[in-house]
Amino acid sequence: MIRFLARRVLQALPLLLVISALVFLLIHAAPGGPLAIYLSNPNVRPEDIERLRRALGLDRPLWQQYWSWLAAFAQGDWGYSFSDGRPVGSRIVERIPATLELVGASIAVALALTLPAGIIAAVRRGRAFDRITMGLTVAGISLPAFWFGLLLQIVFAIDLGWLPSSGRTTPGWSGGSGGPGSGGSGGLIGFLSGDLIDHLQHLVLPVTVLAVVQAAAWSRYLRGSMIETLAQPFVLAARARGLPERAVVLRHALRNAVGPVLAVVMVDAALLASGAVVTESVFAWPGLGSLFTEALARRDYSVLMALLMLTSTTIVIFNVAADAAHALADPRIAIAT
Amino acid sequence: MISRGPAFLLACLILAAIAAPAIAPYPPDRLDLTHRREAPSAAHWFGTDDLGRDVFARVLFGARVSLAVGLLSAAVAGASGIALGGAAGYAGGAIDAILMRGTDAMLAVPRLPLLMIAASVIEPSIPLLVVMIGLAGWMETARVVRAEFLTLGTRGFVESARAAGAGHARLIGVHLLPNAAQALIVSLTLAVARGILLESALSFFGVGVRPPQASWGNMLYQAQATLATEPWLAFAPGLFILLTTLSVNSVGDRLALAKPGPSLRPSRPLRSRRHVTAFHRPSA
Repeated sequence: MIRFLARRVLQALPLLLVISALVFLLIHAAPGGPLAIYLSNPNVRPEDIERLRRALGLDRPLWQQYWSWLAAFAQGDWGYSFSDGRPVGSRIVERIPATLELVGASIAVALALTLPAGIIAAVRRGRAFDRITMGLTVAGISLPAFWFGLLLQIVFAIDLGWLPSSGRTTPGWSGGSGGPGSGGSGGLIGFLSGDLIDHLQHLVLPVTVLAVVQAAAWSRYLRGSMIETLAQPFVLAARARGLPERAVVLRHALRNAVGPVLAVVMVDAALLASGAVVTESVFAWPGLGSLFTEALARRDYSVLMALLMLTSTTIVIFNVAADAAHALADPRIAIAT
Repeated sequence: MISRGPAFLLACLILAAIAAPAIAPYPPDRLDLTHRREAPSAAHWFGTDDLGRDVFARVLFGARVSLAVGLLSAAVAGASGIALGGAAGYAGGAIDAILMRGTDAMLAVPRLPLLMIAASVIEPSIPLLVVMIGLAGWMETARVVRAEFLTLGTRGFVESARAAGAGHARLIGVHLLPNAAQALIVSLTLAVARGILLESALSFFGVGVRPPQASWGNMLYQAQATLATEPWLAFAPGLFILLTTLSVNSVGDRLALAKPGPSLRPSRPLRSRRHVTAFHRPSA
């Protein structure tokens, strides 16, 4: 088991090296390179750009630049944002809570939809529930998330006015009995409860988009995996021993079927945890995804590079973690590979 | 074998895109400043935008861009995926190991952000956009082809062909590829849907297909600013993206479930979690 894990970690390291080279080359292949933002600014003189180029070490050979960037990155020195001069690390850290809040809630809701949908569809394979659920999941995986977000905004925020259309909190909102936007005064208790409710109201629409989209993909995997597992001899054996169907499905089949699904969930979670770019941008959610689109609009390459590396690293780590979890649940995996 | 509904819908969409100049009631770029921001009516089925352009005409012409990008990027992804996955599965050993580590690396880089950076840097034309989306999407096909080649390579009919002196080209072209066709086609349909979603997402962020050329994604990008006053601008382009990806995915779904013909090998359940990434969403 330990050897299996050690090998997976060792395999992940060269993977990260390849990814970092890929990301680095992409940014430096840009016309004007990382200084593109200054090249288009008429107030920056060419000699200033030359000075910056030397100061930032951009006149050195590419591999030297790559090496010093990688060494600094690994030590947590992610450079400074080109657009506001603050350290990239602190710009990223201040966005993490918002993203984790959104993603945590979305994954919880998505799993709450996935588990019953996937299990019941597999058990009642080919029957009405299965056909309807699978029809809905094809629609779900085909749904463009940004359009779904816009539709929810039109219906629930603009037409019905039930929910706020964007952001994480209402600016200037401090409780009271009115709806969002009424602002005004309120006692301390009103402030606390109003604040929490305001917060939750802002979560509903973006969480709906992410949860629906993820649950559609995940329940397809879970159904497929459950169908395969339910056809295994040990399930027949469990039924033959007279176990109640509930125990057969939940304790015997589900435990064995959940491994491959877990791998997908982990990778998606890693992807989302590094910023749901589309959803955060549609709902102006102040997380890592919005930071990415803001940095993209300003050609803030140091932030973009750090975010891309962060996402890829998280995906690789979560992949290894998923393998480990799978191997813990099913020791045959560690032996076979 | 294939349920008719989705395939029929897809055929209609493709026909409508091809016949766009004949069907569209107005040219897609015709400005009509006396009929700006009009809600849907008999004269303008999907309304008009802030320059008085007919949204229905723009959706039809946008279909050409979206479908072309989706189909052609899937062709690029498929060709690169077959080449790389085929080489890995056929050669095995060190070549396989290197190619598959490269595939793993590509899969660990989030596709949409990577393409967004690349597209904002390069500001691609539509053909270049097709190549970029294709090159960001070969990994799933490569894994499917590799897995198929690896299992087929150990089968009796391939062994006997090899023993009979069949060369590499004959082994791959006659024995391996045709038998991997079903899995390959399924992965290509998924690539088409993914290509359409990626193009529209890139255009939605303003880095894909650039105005005045209409694409479903950049129509949504423009609609976003006036959601409160002109919601119809957001409705039609997104609905057409959904209809297209839905019909492509449904066709792919049916193909995946279809029994292989009598000349093909018996179907084998896809056990490995390597296959699992095939349905991966490009964006969330």
